[in-house]
Amino acid sequence: MSDATADRAPDAKPAKRKLSRRGFILRSLAGGTGVMLGVGYLGRNSIRREIYALMDTVEPSYLGDASDPTMWFEITEDERIRLFSPKVEMGQGSFTSFAQMAADELEVELDRVEVVHAATATGVVDGMSTGGSLSVAGLWMPLRTLAATLRATLVAEAARTAPLINSGAAPDSIEAVVNGVVSYAQSGVSKTYGELAASLSARGAWELAETPPLKPISDCRFIGKPIPRVDLQAKVFGEPIFGMDASAEGMLHGSIVRSERIGATLVSADTSAAEGMPGVVKVVREDDFVGVVAETRMQAEAAKRAITAEWRTERDWESADIEAMIRVGEGTPMVIQREGDAKGALEGGDVVRAEFTSPIGAHAQLEPNGALAHVEERGATVTMSTQVPGVTRDEVAERLGLEPEAVNLVPTYLGGGFGRRLHTPNAIQAAILSRAAGKPVKCFFTRKEEFQHDTFRPPTHHIMQARLASDGRIQAMKHEFSSGDVAYGSAILPDAMNQVLGTDVGAFRGGFIQYGRIPHHEAVSWHVKLPFATSWWRSLGLLANTFAIESFMDELAEKAGQDPVAFRLAHLADDPAGQRLKRVIEAAVDKAGYRDEARAGRAMGFACSTDGGTPAAAVVDLSMVDGQPKVHDVFLAMDPGFAVNPDQVRAQCEGAVCMGISASLYERMEVRGGSLRPVIYGPYRMALLRDAPRRVEVELIDGTGEPGPVGEPPLGPLGAALANAIYRLTGERRRSLPLV
Amino acid sequence: MRINFTLNGESRTLETDGDQPLLWVLRDELDLKGTKFGCGRAACGACTVHVDGDAVRSCSFPARYLEGRVVTTLEGLGTPEAPHPVQQAWIEEIVPQCGYCQPGFIMATAALLAKNASPTDDDIDRNIVNVCRCGTYVRMRKAIHRAAELTRAAAPAEPADADAGAVPGAAYPAPAAEAAHE
Repeated sequence: MSDATADRAPDAKPAKRKLSRRGFILRSLAGGTGVMLGVGYLGRNSIRREIYALMDTVEPSYLGDASDPTMWFEITEDERIRLFSPKVEMGQGSFTSFAQMAADELEVELDRVEVVHAATATGVVDGMSTGGSLSVAGLWMPLRTLAATLRATLVAEAARTAPLINSGAAPDSIEAVVNGVVSYAQSGVSKTYGELAASLSARGAWELAETPPLKPISDCRFIGKPIPRVDLQAKVFGEPIFGMDASAEGMLHGSIVRSERIGATLVSADTSAAEGMPGVVKVVREDDFVGVVAETRMQAEAAKRAITAEWRTERDWESADIEAMIRVGEGTPMVIQREGDAKGALEGGDVVRAEFTSPIGAHAQLEPNGALAHVEERGATVTMSTQVPGVTRDEVAERLGLEPEAVNLVPTYLGGGFGRRLHTPNAIQAAILSRAAGKPVKCFFTRKEEFQHDTFRPPTHHIMQARLASDGRIQAMKHEFSSGDVAYGSAILPDAMNQVLGTDVGAFRGGFIQYGRIPHHEAVSWHVKLPFATSWWRSLGLLANTFAIESFMDELAEKAGQDPVAFRLAHLADDPAGQRLKRVIEAAVDKAGYRDEARAGRAMGFACSTDGGTPAAAVVDLSMVDGQPKVHDVFLAMDPGFAVNPDQVRAQCEGAVCMGISASLYERMEVRGGSLRPVIYGPYRMALLRDAPRRVEVELIDGTGEPGPVGEPPLGPLGAALANAIYRLTGERRRSLPLV
Repeated sequence: MRINFTLNGESRTLETDGDQPLLWVLRDELDLKGTKFGCGRAACGACTVHVDGDAVRSCSFPARYLEGRVVTTLEGLGTPEAPHPVQQAWIEEIVPQCGYCQPGFIMATAALLAKNASPTDDDIDRNIVNVCRCGTYVRMRKAIHRAAELTRAAAPAEPADADAGAVPGAAYPAPAAEAAHE
């Protein structure tokens, strides 16, 4: 822990960042983050406490610097309200929720609001990412406050410009605001938002009104309602909304030579054969890569294959090497949770112990990574799918030697995110190719490159230990786990914070023991750097950590001779978090008609988790067909705090169920002969329609009245619930993912 | 080479490289971006279009084989004003999340329903074998059954063809070995 960091701490403890009267000022804080951290042992260290305090001061997951409502909203000539979103839409439905929030506070019908991505040159630049399931939660207060202030400003202008009544003796009063039209009480006159905005603009600078009180939820017409997605039509009729759909006049296609081998650095490249090939415009050699620009994608790919590159690698990695690194006891340990004296309580005999593992996971999002870049003399425009528009912009600017403001990063809809688009060197590569060719260049990964150059979900290893008291209660429990980088080395989390925290805040998601009534409990995170890039993958460590802890809970319940659900409930603390978890457990169990026995060739498995404050519980019902698990039904209960759009929260739960089944039963990347494999769907086995449960029932509980994380928490319980069901049915305890 | 074919109901003559996959002809030469690139190896189905009524993965369909054929893409399936029953069902069930794989699923489903307007769950499992990473499968299954209902309501009743479950071209075998794709 450096003194420099300690010195920084006092600055990092400002008053709670609330929107001021001016409303739109959310200045960037160095090192802010929306990552929600568990409290516990970490919180006891004074410096770490400062960091937590800093994190607490930041509106979750939003850091912008907009001071002008016109950077957020535009009132168009046809009286539509265009909202420029600093968060990207990657399927999570956030644009729909934003439209609901804006429409309610602006007093307009939903179809008058159009949500678009903010380009960095003209819109609000979010200094953070779209991730952590925090888009809606993060903008819940800021966006409604902005919308309410805009409405109040427009209404104030209506009051200022009110027609005179009583023979010019008095200004007319405002009677109502309905769907963007302000009507006066007596004169019969009304003015539209567009007219009022024009009136304001004509006077020069906008004077913002005081922010009025926000509407109570009970008065909202859209918030809290299952509104259909606003992007349904674009997505069902195939509009060109994705990064890969972008095009520009005179556009060329690029391709980058990439090694199949882990840790390869470029030594030399013979490009002579490629240079004369049909359609080839330019072969580009930089220090760290070789690329080619051609008239068509096929020509660029063909020319790339004609380049003979020599790579240097230090060794030929194998899966066994990686497994040997990811072991509890290897690398750096960090106690992340400690209550009582687990170490003492676990000495001696009669300790129940089990080990669990999870594999390397690929993101496998359907739209490959890439970018359309157009670099000109004074600046650059980059159009692409990214979860970090601000970071991508800064990285491109730095590499090109431009000021950040000279680069316009235009985010598109994402063909899947899941954490894959938090690292965007592809934007830099496209920009360099464009600069060399003097034309717009579109450059995308092949699927093989996507599989080999992913920023993978790191593999994990877990050791669970516990001691049962004579009454069957857990007296002590310890969860030790090892993982590669998740948040470490991430562009969105400054290294200083990682050093201070001493542990990887992504890897430990879900690693805490959530049963507060266990007198002695402890969680230890071991961290290792792997030879290939690992990073955020939807829910980060949650799936694997929950798999270990919740599988082990079933093992302990059996040893204690108790029902698995009753056993868990008996160990929950009677605090708000425990009470919320208890409610979702009971909801899932009731809905499923959970029973702790196999019947007619089927069995149920239960598990629960809490992620970012959102508790989720799942019951899966499966059978074995030809030795393979076949999932029939999944019952999932979750308390997102408050569902701004219950239908899309359900959609996130249903999707998480399928993705959780896919990752838990089938998915696994391997390292063979120095390369990551497989390199194509199919061999990288994922759940298909036939593998999805026929029935997924979701029960939502509004536990707090404030929206919390939604997209990742429901993934947590899947792995353990499946393993527990398989055990119930077959008597075989599977402790490694994937389970098949 | 010069190729004559029908695209979304219109006769087209195209001068293109015969090895160019249909996918890139559509996307980059004809600016029809509704057909998506996912893998380039016929393994994910994001690029599914109809060729002579069959669901075909256009990333692996060379342009030279287009001569005289009838191609339908998502753009030719329906419009917001006159949606195809599959698109209508997709809207009713609010299926898409990120949306990128959805055109391929919609095209695969439309091809299935054209041959079998009363697919069982097993028919669906065998024929709709595209990849969706967001996991929209639960709503997709509902939407496929709903689209079948809409299709039956729109067409005069016909006796179900017992063999119609298998749609040629729809169910590309999952690649047997990775080596085949290196």
